[in-house]
Amino acid sequence: MRLKKNIATSETGFVFNPATGDSFAANGLAAEIVELLKQDLPEAAIKAHLLARYEVEPTRLEKDWDDLVAQLHSHNLLD
Amino acid sequence: MTSTSSLPRYTIAVSALNATDSPGPGVAVIRALRESPDFTVRIIGLSYEALEPGIYLHELVDKTYQIPYPGAGPAALLERLIYIQEREALDLIIPNFDAELPNFIRLAPQLAELGIRTFLPTLAQLEVRDKRQLRAFGETHGLLVPTGLLLHRADEVAKAGAALGYPVVVKGKFYDAVVAHTLEQAQKAFHQLQAAWGLPVIAQQFVQGREINIAGLGDGTGQLISAVPMRKLYITDKGKAWAGITLEDPALLELARQFVAATKWRGGFELELMRAPTDELYCMEINPRFPAWVYLTAAAGQNQPAALVRLALGEVVAPFEGYAVGRMFIRYAWDLITDNTEFHQISAFGEL
Repeated sequence: MRLKKNIATSETGFVFNPATGDSFAANGLAAEIVELLKQDLPEAAIKAHLLARYEVEPTRLEKDWDDLVAQLHSHNLLD
Repeated sequence: MTSTSSLPRYTIAVSALNATDSPGPGVAVIRALRESPDFTVRIIGLSYEALEPGIYLHELVDKTYQIPYPGAGPAALLERLIYIQEREALDLIIPNFDAELPNFIRLAPQLAELGIRTFLPTLAQLEVRDKRQLRAFGETHGLLVPTGLLLHRADEVAKAGAALGYPVVVKGKFYDAVVAHTLEQAQKAFHQLQAAWGLPVIAQQFVQGREINIAGLGDGTGQLISAVPMRKLYITDKGKAWAGITLEDPALLELARQFVAATKWRGGFELELMRAPTDELYCMEINPRFPAWVYLTAAAGQNQPAALVRLALGEVVAPFEGYAVGRMFIRYAWDLITDNTEFHQISAFGEL
């Protein structure tokens, strides 16, 4: 899974797709994940980072991860 | 930094001062011209009606002259422009209404003799992108254009609706479009548009999608000097962009390049596109002049009106490279206060 190269993020948590002009408000965790995806970190490394940083069950993380990926897909933010 | 006093000063006439809810491009063109780093300007407004807001925007327009409606023909326009030229010594005219372009194009040689430059498409170029010819143009040059039918009589509306399906877009010859969901709505739109703009009225297949426009400038040799794509973020009930944002999309720039190369377009233009959910780009209309949102091109780093001035003056203008993506415009309504004496002056004497 790769974030499109030209996707921009702002400090206020907004994600901007310059190809479509769409802006999306991301919550703090989603913005953090998008930022990590922008750095081209592999999925496994991002998940390991999240498990280490937050108190979350792996199964719950997987579910939330899948939800986020579905949203990124539907908003045309992934390659 | 260059002092403005050392810059050349040009007197430029600009039309379409109707900065209303369905705005003409004149005020946006003037704003862009005033921001050129290469020259300063004295702006002469050319108006048709006494309540065009630009007439009263004295910080933008130095003086305004009313000119005859396009229907009066080129001779009446020339007579008026000679009068204006004797008083103002115009260097250039930038007409911004579709309906007035044929007269200005026909008069270009006489205007040149008077010392007034223009930078306009030819009548043939104007013709190929006409709404009535657009589908054929698209077929020749590989552009997707929705199916359209010309309506010359009211009883043709039902046949067009049946052929194209509902909703159907009913369009005026020069301006305005209505999305009609029923035969009754289509017939009403036909009569309204016929009364406003004459025949034929155009019925066009409705395409669902996102509206994207490209403001562009061609140098007349087939070279694209500038193209800035914008997605409409807020659309008024008249279908006009009230807010928009610049986009980064090589496919859009390629489309503009393709259009200019195919037509050798000379001057400003606007491609009105619809991006379908399938990602296909439909060309809905091609306007033969700058759009009302053209100031965004200057704000994004490609000042198209200023570049047109330099082209008109015979300068070599290199194609722009890059522009600010994500730059937005948000139009606003503002109550301009003036005195009735100004209104009387322009109404009675045709000058202000």
